[in-house]
Amino acid sequence: MSRRFTPKIVTANALEEGDVIFLTADDIWSRDHREAELIEDEARARLRLLHALSQPHVVGACLAEARMGENGPEPVRLRDAIRARGPSNYPHGKQEHGLHV
Amino acid sequence: MYEYDDFDADFVRARVARFRAQVERRLEGALTEEEFRPLRLLNGLYLQLHGYMLRVAIPYGTLNGRQMRQLAMIAERWDKGYGHFTTRQNVQFNWPRLSDVPDMLEALAEVGMHAIQTSGNTIRNVTADHFAGAAADEIEDPRPHAELLRQWSTDHPEFQFLPRKFKIAITGSPHDRAVTRANDIGLRMVRGPGGESGFEVSVGGGLGRTPVAGRVIRPFLPAADLLPYVEAIVSTYNMLGRRDNKYKARIKITLLEHGPEALTARIEERFAQLRREFRGTDRQMLARIRRQFAPPPFEEKPLAPYEAARAADPVFRAWTDTNLTPHRRADHAIVTVSLKAPGATPGDATSAQMRLLADLAGKYGHDELRISHEQNIILPHVHRADLPALHAALRGAGLATANIGLASDIIACPGMDYCALATARSIPVARGIAARIGELKLEHEIGPLKIRISGCINACGHHHVGHIGILGLDRAGVENYQITLGGDGTETFAIGKRAGPGFAHDEIVPAVERLLRAYLQLRRDRRETFIETFRRLGGAPFRAALYPSKDKADAA
Repeated sequence: MSRRFTPKIVTANALEEGDVIFLTADDIWSRDHREAELIEDEARARLRLLHALSQPHVVGACLAEARMGENGPEPVRLRDAIRARGPSNYPHGKQEHGLHV
Repeated sequence: MYEYDDFDADFVRARVARFRAQVERRLEGALTEEEFRPLRLLNGLYLQLHGYMLRVAIPYGTLNGRQMRQLAMIAERWDKGYGHFTTRQNVQFNWPRLSDVPDMLEALAEVGMHAIQTSGNTIRNVTADHFAGAAADEIEDPRPHAELLRQWSTDHPEFQFLPRKFKIAITGSPHDRAVTRANDIGLRMVRGPGGESGFEVSVGGGLGRTPVAGRVIRPFLPAADLLPYVEAIVSTYNMLGRRDNKYKARIKITLLEHGPEALTARIEERFAQLRREFRGTDRQMLARIRRQFAPPPFEEKPLAPYEAARAADPVFRAWTDTNLTPHRRADHAIVTVSLKAPGATPGDATSAQMRLLADLAGKYGHDELRISHEQNIILPHVHRADLPALHAALRGAGLATANIGLASDIIACPGMDYCALATARSIPVARGIAARIGELKLEHEIGPLKIRISGCINACGHHHVGHIGILGLDRAGVENYQITLGGDGTETFAIGKRAGPGFAHDEIVPAVERLLRAYLQLRRDRRETFIETFRRLGGAPFRAALYPSKDKADAA
């Protein structure tokens, strides 16, 4: 029996700045995790990832676990939370711009 | 110290120009990431959690004021105003834009620095004793050999695609401050039967997922044979090392699979051949390089200001007790500037701090600075009479923390706050332990202690050789920290042993505190250090302190 699919988002880094980005439902790359498309279906996740991997200004596209929160998708794993927020030792990264989840 | 000649300068500039063109092609879409990745890695550019990271080599940990000022400028102009100094004597910038990296590399080239071979399956930055050329216990300054190795290994056509990365460390002192036994090749200077200098050569050391102490394959190698011998080792490894499995590709596994005798025999055979082919050019180059490492013109002046400040100022006295190391001249001292102030991220220095250190090196330290694998900055040649003024200047910038070699002088890798490979955070653990030690006010009572923290099994934080080592892992999405005890990175090298089950993020600081309290209870007297107590009693009483409830359950 295959394992149940857990909801995912598509994330990557912007090619030029390196900044963490998230794929939205209308094919825009957002800097805000909460704007990501939460994908509940495995087949669609695969298609969305293929789409992301084919984009020229994006690097390291992959799927990351997420769940729906009050203001949009939230990261599940700590690693993804740190990517979505920034490091814990300085107020750098997304938290600098009020983008943390 | 070594200054680039025209050849070095042209080479580094040509490399920057080539990489600039590669970055342009990548941004235009002419190169895919798959094509670009090996090119960026050859130039020290990684993609980490939040974006790109540029790793710049500080060869054998030595730099001058101009170079330090340029690092400060780079951090300010293209990054976030700080740099992170690493356990391999590199400096990392965590926030560069890909389009700015060629300019950053060009700025480095202006001051004779580069990021070449700070990544990839190549010979990496050669690390050395951070007190080289200054230490009282040293046989000879090993840095001319390290510079020769840097020149030989940089862009060496045979060694650009080794089975895996390859690390060399060198020390000129019997006291190993360069963790030589944890390197693919460890070089420890020793005296031969006739008093001549040479190297004890160890091979196959490394930390990571399979920690191994390097094995001595040549107890005495005449110094003149160093380059052909090192080439024989790397070239033998290049032929035999496994390329089918990344986890079995390091030379430590080659040594294990072929056996030390067979591997050594092949190295010696290759050496006999290479030695004939090296027609002495290497030794001529070494002689030329050596002239550039001549000791600075030491000054003679009265020690009165130093003695007076020690008598009058207890803060200064405490700092001199912990942060100074004997210099080969009694009227001088080696000063270690701690990058481990309370609340600091181990190894981080701001641009302002870098500039101040460059100024102070110019004023009091013959324009020389060192980066230690312990993530501190060293002024290797300071006259003792200048120490009060130096200390006062450091104090004003938050750089006078008196904790070198003590419990809060912690090595920590960037961990999951930055690193794409990490499985747990390291920095908050280091800060938590340092803060708790500060609250307890027991640091000086506890005395010498090496705590080392890695955020994953790759062990950049040297946890295997910490007296107390902490390894952060991921257990089903939750951070979990294993403790190892009894590790030692010096000439009495030992790999720490795992104490037992791991601890959650909020349990790790109290666990370390229990170890420290146990030590204070167990030690014979104040002179017996943590590691000495551990060696005398073994791990059992420390494990009992770590797992008190389990102990009671066993007794019941």
